[in-house]
Amino acid sequence: MLRAKNRTGLVFFPAFDWAISPTHPEREERLLYTQDQVFEEGLFDINGIKEFKPDLVTINDIQRVHFCVPDVWSVTTESHFISAGGAKTIGMAVLEKQVDRGFALVRPPGHHAMRVVHGARGFCNINIEAVMVEYLREAYPINRVAIVDTDCHHGDGTQDIYWHDPDTLFISIHQDGRTLYPGSGFMDELGGPTAIGKTINIPLPPHTSEEGFLYATEHVILPILEEFKPDIIINSAGQDNHFTDPITHMNFSAQGYATLTRLLKPDIAVLEGGYSIEGALPYVNVGIVLAMAGLDYSGVKEPDYEPERIRQSPEISRWIEDTSKIVLAAWRQRERIQEEQQASRQFIERSRNIFYDTDSIAETQKETIRVCRDCSGVFKIDSSSSRGLHILAIHIPRKACGKCVETGHHWFDTADAGGFDKVFLQDRTEDKFLERKNHAADR
Amino acid sequence: MIIGLDVGGTHTDVVLLSNESGLVNAAKVPTDPANLFHSVLAGLEEVTRGIAPGDINRVVLSTTLTTNAIVQNKLEPVGMVVCSGPGIDPELYRCGAHYHVVSGAIDHRGREIKPVNRDEIKTVANRLLQEGVRIVGVVGKFSPRNPAHELAIRDVLKDSFDRVFLGHQISGNLNFPRRIATAFLNAAVYPIHLKFYEAVRKSLDAKGLTLQIRILKADGGNMKFDASINFPGQTIFSGPAASVMGSIAFAPEKEDSLVMDIGGTTTDMAILVNRVPLLDPLGIEINNYKTLIRSIDTFSVGLGGDSAVTYSDGRFIIGPERLGPAMAYGGPAPTPTDALFILGRMNGGDRERAAKGIEPLAQALGLTVEAAAAEIFDSACRSLLSKAQDMIFRVNSHPVYTVNELLDGYKVTPKKILVLGGPAPYFAEQFRQVCDYEIEVVPRWSVANAIGAALARTTCEVVLFADTEQAIATAPNENFSRQIDPSFDGQSAVKIALELLREKAIGRGANPDYLEMEVLENQQFNMVRGFSTTGKNIRVKVQVKPGLIHGYDRLLEKIAAGL
Repeated sequence: MLRAKNRTGLVFFPAFDWAISPTHPEREERLLYTQDQVFEEGLFDINGIKEFKPDLVTINDIQRVHFCVPDVWSVTTESHFISAGGAKTIGMAVLEKQVDRGFALVRPPGHHAMRVVHGARGFCNINIEAVMVEYLREAYPINRVAIVDTDCHHGDGTQDIYWHDPDTLFISIHQDGRTLYPGSGFMDELGGPTAIGKTINIPLPPHTSEEGFLYATEHVILPILEEFKPDIIINSAGQDNHFTDPITHMNFSAQGYATLTRLLKPDIAVLEGGYSIEGALPYVNVGIVLAMAGLDYSGVKEPDYEPERIRQSPEISRWIEDTSKIVLAAWRQRERIQEEQQASRQFIERSRNIFYDTDSIAETQKETIRVCRDCSGVFKIDSSSSRGLHILAIHIPRKACGKCVETGHHWFDTADAGGFDKVFLQDRTEDKFLERKNHAADR
Repeated sequence: MIIGLDVGGTHTDVVLLSNESGLVNAAKVPTDPANLFHSVLAGLEEVTRGIAPGDINRVVLSTTLTTNAIVQNKLEPVGMVVCSGPGIDPELYRCGAHYHVVSGAIDHRGREIKPVNRDEIKTVANRLLQEGVRIVGVVGKFSPRNPAHELAIRDVLKDSFDRVFLGHQISGNLNFPRRIATAFLNAAVYPIHLKFYEAVRKSLDAKGLTLQIRILKADGGNMKFDASINFPGQTIFSGPAASVMGSIAFAPEKEDSLVMDIGGTTTDMAILVNRVPLLDPLGIEINNYKTLIRSIDTFSVGLGGDSAVTYSDGRFIIGPERLGPAMAYGGPAPTPTDALFILGRMNGGDRERAAKGIEPLAQALGLTVEAAAAEIFDSACRSLLSKAQDMIFRVNSHPVYTVNELLDGYKVTPKKILVLGGPAPYFAEQFRQVCDYEIEVVPRWSVANAIGAALARTTCEVVLFADTEQAIATAPNENFSRQIDPSFDGQSAVKIALELLREKAIGRGANPDYLEMEVLENQQFNMVRGFSTTGKNIRVKVQVKPGLIHGYDRLLEKIAAGL
């Protein structure tokens, strides 16, 4: 009788009636063959594997993380509430110890969704991991969270949301941004001035295979996790590093994904991308579920799996060894780098342009953070989009000091509502979300 | 006239029904677990005394024959030939001592990845023959998508063995481990079922009863006895199904209700939605075998009228053991039935003995015997109601896979509980005092199971799978496969599936004029490769709804009126 070593929870929500558009990679068919494989392998029958029905997240859950412009409903559909809800359901099951670990096999994905949301980027509208994590932090006694993003694309949305949070370690391992969407995730992206080193990027060259991924996992990700000592580990389990994926150029496999999962031991995994819906997803998902449950996955192989044929070249191996050294070195010097960046500055500003490829929106942001020595610092984002909307978003972090709380409220109260369509305030110290509207805009 | 017969663990219940007079005759004979055939005959004998064989036009049996064989592990040796391909190690699904994994693989769309090796099969066959195995089960992964490998293996084996059971003929649903277990169980109970069938047939012929006997299935439908020879596993757990079917006529229309069949050892619960029982989404679980056998979703609780009562931490514990009958009837341990005697609600047994049984429990908890009895019975009733809540919660927690289903999710909310089984009226009376459900005792509660068996209609299910990219529509379960063109769509698939269902249902004994068919699933996916649509992937599931046969409303009215 097959029995899971770790009690493992699964939410399976393939959203068989939802697509971005009929021929879009993010379409109804995406998890169809995964469902067939999961059913045929009888995964839900394994003792110790339990399927949960997803709950929907609430507007509050979303607003704890995002500033949706102009409002939540304008940038989401029901399926986003369910997919984030699937992650939340699994998170709750794990923290309530109904299961030891959990995997939310849901769509649509979320790791390209940033803190400010004007629309969809990289098939994502809301960041389902962040919505889950912030709910869990509100509801259970957890503080330090590590998110390891193993999607082939840089998890720029999750990076953005946790850029200023020293309690969240975000590690993204992905195909080099010079060769793939979204074109970011370089080694020098280390986090904001109060959270240096808590963002880690491990860009890998195209054609990296099992050896490369597992090398980086063992030599970079695991040692850093060991030092960070997170309360929970979350895996953004994108599956598009697969050798058959149509929109990327990597050579990873079901065996590789399962081994990575075994090494990483995530408490919670959440499906992200992966668009080889027949050749990869059915096998990768079965491999990940078995690895999470602590079961033998050695027989899970794609029909066309030939490890020799997809093996990376020695040049790639050397490249990855060099990258690993640089990333580790930056991690070890994080405190020094942080001091240098902060210097004696009180506020630090940055300006950026963000493109929403899925919805063709261009956003311009100016962000100001208070460089605080007592907390991670209040910040505000002045954001305007090519759709003509202009907002001011103020975020008071969870553990903000009195001065930062005061500054945040002062910014909110004194912002000229006439100059913005909306002014938002996320006060995470009280789990509050406030907004003010420019009434002139209605007329 | 119709005969319904339900062989239970302790009693065999049998009824003779007619549209003109309702319940003509009812009998209870003791079940002889060592010889169910005799119990069946004794029951039939008892109920047909003085009735001309020609007046009987329908006989439906429900037996525990196969259930017992499995539970007691009295199974025939079966050779299993399993063709897995990549995935979880199929050795983990080993059934029995003659289990062989062979090469060959088919993928999720039914494409061959690796062929079967006929020489390897021949070697396995020789070994099975040497070991004296006469019956074989053959199961391939994804065989409901493409049965080619199972058929090829069968072709090698068929002349050397008495019977070969094939996985794809069991069910169109995907679940390889369950398919293995189901093929194994079908094969392992086949000889005992066949023997039973032949014995019943012979003795009925001798009595001049030449009509087609029907046999009840776990999904609350029946099939012709002939057809059951191919699927003997479907008769597992037909007993609980009989009781559910016996309650249907008394359930409210357009509302949900819960059926509670209270027996001596266990109470079985099921849910009716608008008089249709909810089915288990996967299939029966028995003795650690998880199967694909279609079944009413029943929830069995180890608490019945004869459950042994103990105490722990100042509370009474009722069940799950049954050590024998109630003390009032000479049994070894106090039971809820004894409590009923002490409370003066039941008569006809030895109240003194019942009191003696409950006394030590009462003392331990510092209660009078009467107070203890009241507490025991109340606690039994509350415990059953709480289990009923658990079942409703479980049913409503079942996952769905589309946004629409999730948002419009139908929540089962029974307002009424239908109670049947021996002690039904006593429990019902107590339920009324402690809960808000509307409580109804099913008319003829002690033989309602046999009435249910008698009136159940023939049911079956068809699963059709079409893939226009591969230009094929298949229902391997029905030996159906057809070339299709790109214009084939969901509508064409439903049409074919309903035709196949109709044919199958009639073949199994359904009344062609009153087939209540319904579409359970109809999903159509555009298959996109690159950025263009290359085909459609269509999945259709249809069934004949479980329910009662047509034309017996008058009979049911009579039964409801107590006739």
